[in-house]
Amino acid sequence: MAEMLTGVTVRSRVVGGAAVVYASDYLNKLSGERIERECRLQLEAGRRALVVNFRDTELVNSIGVSILMGIIDAAESVGAQLVFSDMSAQTVELFEMLGLTRFVALAKTEAEALATLSGFAAASQGSGH
Amino acid sequence: MAMQGSLQKKLLHTFAALADLGQEIAGTNDFEEMVRTSLHLLLGTLAIRKGALAEYDEAEQALKFIVVRGLGLQLQEEIPVDEDDLKSLTSLDSQGIAISAEDTHSNQFLKNHQAQFDFTRFELLIPLVVRGRLTGIILLGKKASGDSFSGEDLETIHAMARHIGVGLNTHRLMAELERKAEENRRLYDGLRAIYKDTVRAFASAIDLKDKYTQGHSERVGRYSEIIAREMGWSDEEIEGIAIAGYLHDIGKLVVERDIINAPYKIDAKKSSELNRHPAAGYEILSPIRHPYADIPLMARHHHERVDGRGYPDGLKGDEIHIGAKIVNLADSFDAMTTDRPYKRRRSFEDVVADFRRNTGKQFASEVVIPFCYAILKEMEGQTKERRIMKMLGRDYLNPERDIPLLKDLIAELESEALSASAGNA
Repeated sequence: MAEMLTGVTVRSRVVGGAAVVYASDYLNKLSGERIERECRLQLEAGRRALVVNFRDTELVNSIGVSILMGIIDAAESVGAQLVFSDMSAQTVELFEMLGLTRFVALAKTEAEALATLSGFAAASQGSGH
Repeated sequence: MAMQGSLQKKLLHTFAALADLGQEIAGTNDFEEMVRTSLHLLLGTLAIRKGALAEYDEAEQALKFIVVRGLGLQLQEEIPVDEDDLKSLTSLDSQGIAISAEDTHSNQFLKNHQAQFDFTRFELLIPLVVRGRLTGIILLGKKASGDSFSGEDLETIHAMARHIGVGLNTHRLMAELERKAEENRRLYDGLRAIYKDTVRAFASAIDLKDKYTQGHSERVGRYSEIIAREMGWSDEEIEGIAIAGYLHDIGKLVVERDIINAPYKIDAKKSSELNRHPAAGYEILSPIRHPYADIPLMARHHHERVDGRGYPDGLKGDEIHIGAKIVNLADSFDAMTTDRPYKRRRSFEDVVADFRRNTGKQFASEVVIPFCYAILKEMEGQTKERRIMKMLGRDYLNPERDIPLLKDLIAELESEALSASAGNA
């Protein structure tokens, strides 16, 4: 299990072939674009299984929604599987209300997300750096 | 009940976005950041997956895309805008127009550009119009939910677009203001440069009339500047006193050349003719609107003496403008330290003796002391430039001999000034 710090604030790690990116508190500001950038970097590195973990994100606002849609776009464009995990009930409601759950799978925990993605993670394992 | 809760949540989400947008537009100085955040807020409010925001560049008559979401990295295109386009877009007054086949045909702007710009990537075009002026456009794609835009959605978009339009307009106004301020600054600097060149040209003209005192006005300007700097004047005031120094003898232009150039000490009649020059200078300089204060007054009073025996007005002490006192000292110092037709320049020892004798009579101690300090600092190597020593010539000052002389004089003058102020108190 590898864990690394990318840039100044965005934490991510690679578990098997899947990348886990931690949304943290930065999502709701313009600095949240760093999270999208980190996801794109993971996809460019060949990962085709991506988890965005919201365990430190209390609330997602409109900026956060827009940034997450950017991540969905990026994953779709390369045929990667994307799961959002550890979302608060409020955020899940917001996603349902906005129709975003059509494009992304939700998991209660990171472990559950990784389990869901295990097939894809295995396929993309070793293709990144 | 569940539907009502959902509606309430949607409203809260929209209100929060509107509040964030207002705060962003009012509170961010970074234009790029403001625009990017604004588009995020608009897209995120209704979960719209594609969007682009272009600013209208009036000078280049083109819409330039600043931020794009959901369409790859950047939209490189620019859309040229002509008069028809402007009319077509401003008439919509920030109301969105659906980009469907029929609308494309009914809207002049869309019709004009559909061949070059693929509008079909988007669902809605929203012109940003502030007080009848186009500031930009927003293009929006489909909602993630797949639903078409409802009336409420369009109202939300309209409200947010108005905010963003105001943000773009403020940016444009600020840019215009900055450009105009920069233009004015350049014009002002140009005018100042012309003014200074003219002043220097006048100074040369004055000095050319007097073949024995070439460069005198320029040197008086520089000595005046040095004294004022030592006295702690501001840069603006220093520039002003330098100008006064350059122009102090401008009244000599109306004095007969024979009198100015007499190779001997002139008689009383000619002397009185020559003494007209400060008042004449005042007359010449008064109608000019100088960028610095009191230039004519400094020229008029540069031959006044603190003991009241000067001319033309016989003013005393504080009645004399401080600038005139500086020019008076600079003028006398240059007269003493340059060769004249009827006498060679005086030694620095003599000059110091003259300062000692005449401070409180001809010269004001408040300007003599700073001047002595300025000379002392140069001799002691405390200054980067040696402007005084340069003007006086290489061998005129001898630090070993002259520093003690100056220090004694300064000590004396300071002690006298102290006693005088104690006496006044």
